[in-house]
Amino acid sequence: MRSLMKIAVTLSILFSVFVASAENIQNWTTDNGAQVYFIETHSIAMADIRMVFNAGSARDKISGVAALTNGLLDTGAADLDANGIAEALENVGAQMSNASLRDMAVLSLRSLSDESRLMPALSVFTKVLSEPTYPKADFTREKKRLLLGLKSQKQQPAAVGKRAYFKAIYGEHPYAEMPSGTEASVERIQRIHLRRFHKNYYVAKNAVIAIVGDLSKERAMQIAEQLSSAIPAGTAAPVVSAVTALTEAKRLDIQMQTQQSHIMIGQPGLRRGEADYFDLYVGNHILGGSGFASQLMQSIREDRGLAYSVYSYFSPMQELGPFTAGMQTKNDQRQQAIELLMDNIKGFIANGPTQAQLDKALKNITGSAPLRTDSNSKLVEYLAMMGFYKLPLDYLDQFNDKVRAVTVESIRNAWQQRIDPDKLVTVVVGNGE
Amino acid sequence: MKKAILISCALFLGACSQNAAKSKHADMPIEDGKVYEKVLANGMKILVKVDRRSPVVVNQVWYKVGSSYEHNGITGLSHMLEHMMFKETKNLKIGEFSEIVAENGGRDNAFTGKDYTAYFQTIAADRLPLMMKLEADRMRNVRISEAEFKKELEVVKEERRWRTEDKPGSLTYERFQAAAFMNSPYHHPVVGWMEDLDAMSMDDAMDWYRRWYAPNKATQVVVDDVNPFDVFALAEKTFGKHKAVDLDPPKPQPETRQRGERRIKVHGRAELPSLLLGWKVPTLVTAQGDAEVEKEVYALEVLAGILDGGNSARFPRELVRDQQVAQGAGAGYSLADRLQTLFTLSGTPAKGKTVEQLEMALMEQLQRIKDSPVSDAEMNRVKSQVLAADVYEKDSMFYQGMVLGMLETVGLNWGKADEYVPMIQAVTAADIQTVANKYFTERGLTVGELVPDVAQQGGQ
Repeated sequence: MRSLMKIAVTLSILFSVFVASAENIQNWTTDNGAQVYFIETHSIAMADIRMVFNAGSARDKISGVAALTNGLLDTGAADLDANGIAEALENVGAQMSNASLRDMAVLSLRSLSDESRLMPALSVFTKVLSEPTYPKADFTREKKRLLLGLKSQKQQPAAVGKRAYFKAIYGEHPYAEMPSGTEASVERIQRIHLRRFHKNYYVAKNAVIAIVGDLSKERAMQIAEQLSSAIPAGTAAPVVSAVTALTEAKRLDIQMQTQQSHIMIGQPGLRRGEADYFDLYVGNHILGGSGFASQLMQSIREDRGLAYSVYSYFSPMQELGPFTAGMQTKNDQRQQAIELLMDNIKGFIANGPTQAQLDKALKNITGSAPLRTDSNSKLVEYLAMMGFYKLPLDYLDQFNDKVRAVTVESIRNAWQQRIDPDKLVTVVVGNGE
Repeated sequence: MKKAILISCALFLGACSQNAAKSKHADMPIEDGKVYEKVLANGMKILVKVDRRSPVVVNQVWYKVGSSYEHNGITGLSHMLEHMMFKETKNLKIGEFSEIVAENGGRDNAFTGKDYTAYFQTIAADRLPLMMKLEADRMRNVRISEAEFKKELEVVKEERRWRTEDKPGSLTYERFQAAAFMNSPYHHPVVGWMEDLDAMSMDDAMDWYRRWYAPNKATQVVVDDVNPFDVFALAEKTFGKHKAVDLDPPKPQPETRQRGERRIKVHGRAELPSLLLGWKVPTLVTAQGDAEVEKEVYALEVLAGILDGGNSARFPRELVRDQQVAQGAGAGYSLADRLQTLFTLSGTPAKGKTVEQLEMALMEQLQRIKDSPVSDAEMNRVKSQVLAADVYEKDSMFYQGMVLGMLETVGLNWGKADEYVPMIQAVTAADIQTVANKYFTERGLTVGELVPDVAQQGGQ
């Protein structure tokens, strides 16, 4: 335990808020074109590295390729097999994880910053990133496991609902598919598809490297170069095709012998980085984005006891990400619940929030600013997100000011422009008999 | 009403900083990472962990009550009461608690487990006095109306449908636990049986509240960049006002000795089968006062790591990758449970494999642990991961608070947290063999199987 001199509380407040501000975010480009975002913070002897590629399932020609390319990175790399990779990392207490979303492919590493731990961890991480071998036996096994995983999703009403919902709001757009693909599409995937996908998209000009932790700027620069120079410069992925607007309201009922019905309502919403983001964000905070403080929770759970969980959210993406509201309720009251949820959404679009609702939301959002960046893991995620969507370095500094600039009118206008209440898609999974 | 609270809080702050200035502790150095403890005159324990990193404060209030304090017929009552704690008090209108937290930029919620019920806020550090005032208020002043109770009971039933009824895996686990524990209160689920929820009344909740929500049954945990003595002074002014309540401790209810293997099947609306194996084992709490058994607890913890701690552990390596008998497999053990608990192995058979084949493979794994010592390389890997995780945990103030609150609430001293790393490092391969042979016996085994019931979907 370190013994520290007494520091005034006010000083530490300044310091911590500082950490996430533009002045503290260092941003540069590696020799072959990867974007790097770095925050130096020595309070814990560890380092977080999060690499994101514009290589999510939006790039899939056969649904599931992006996810398998990413998911099988740790099954073989250069001279190492799956056991070798896992042992080398776990010997030094490092944690590697990956994820494949619609926009992003993520590969991240958490390690102690002590060089005797960090160096071996980085060496494996670099191989995994740049020289995956996709061994035949591992490919065959993981494909089987994915197929079985897809089968097991059929017993989960939430998963069934989500799949149908994305299909219904995105139609032919690549966002329509789940990153994990379908049983039919995964059956068609061959190893060569993974190799090609990796070669095309896991390249420096398509990458953002976020680093947070107990490292000097020099060391962070070395690390970024080590990672980036291990992969070709390549080219940035092309823009994702535009989403086609929905032409009519739709309701989809999926029969399942469950006790509850799962309900999702929504449509394509907005891109990351657009001017009306804060109007939509604050509006959604009021409608269904702030837990117990939200209108949906009040109306559906607190006033009527109809659900345990009810929510709404925007997921801004490269192209129009969805606006979604959802809840679960026992089958025999689902019609009442759907009508109530719909009335709340339509009412909110027509009228916007009240001034009182807005005042409360502003206090909550601006007051909770320190909570957004109170750990290294949150910081590194923010940096990667800001880099990926090319948000300005002062994004977090500006956050509260932009939130404060929102008015009842600007919220109502933005919602009316973005969400057409007459073209909402409703998906219901449950027992309607 | 809300204003009254805000104003008195402002007064508080003044009083508190004055106190601090005059306090005899004012010159004492406050160490980063250190835990400071005070027991109020009414028996409530206050723990402050100093964390210099953040302007955010984590405030948690832990009560010694949970589903393992309940008896048949009132299962789920602790959890139901947790929901009612956000409603009305003598001083606050319905919903005002969370509203005040939100307006102050905070996030709040609560959770109920087998052995505890805990309430928490994460909020800008200067709002701690307000949070303490609110928590002190709802410790003794909650009011429950018939109408609100009935409505919230429906919410809780929806929660049970969502968590358990519609998830075949959860449903199987619940029944597996019930089969493994006959007389121990670990028999029943935290959320309660639906049949008990159907019969629950407002009076049940009020009785339960009066019985368990008292300062001498509570621990406050604060993680913050703060002078602990300021927090103690605040605690005197808030929680310190309540009188200790004379409470009977729960009956010990140790589980009766198992006299033979138990097997249950759960037919569910599932696509894939799954399997659970469990044996009864001691915990740090049941081992108290017995250094030998305490050593066994840490050996069991390392054993769980050998089987399932990371991608190089035996289950992912051998069962998933080499033998390809499991789609996934895991080992589970909660070493800080208040009562004798289960060491579980679980898994889903790989495509083309049966539950029987998976069970055999899991049993073979255990047999190998019993027969031959774990390699040094494997031991070192588990220990390296524990050492590193101990550093990584500092990134979450909330987690740090949870460890302290949980240890205190199950009846251990928070100081146990500091013993964890050295005790894990001291475990030997021979210790692991010993515990495996001692606890994983044929007669002590409980098996639960989820049987997909596609033809007759929904079953019950």
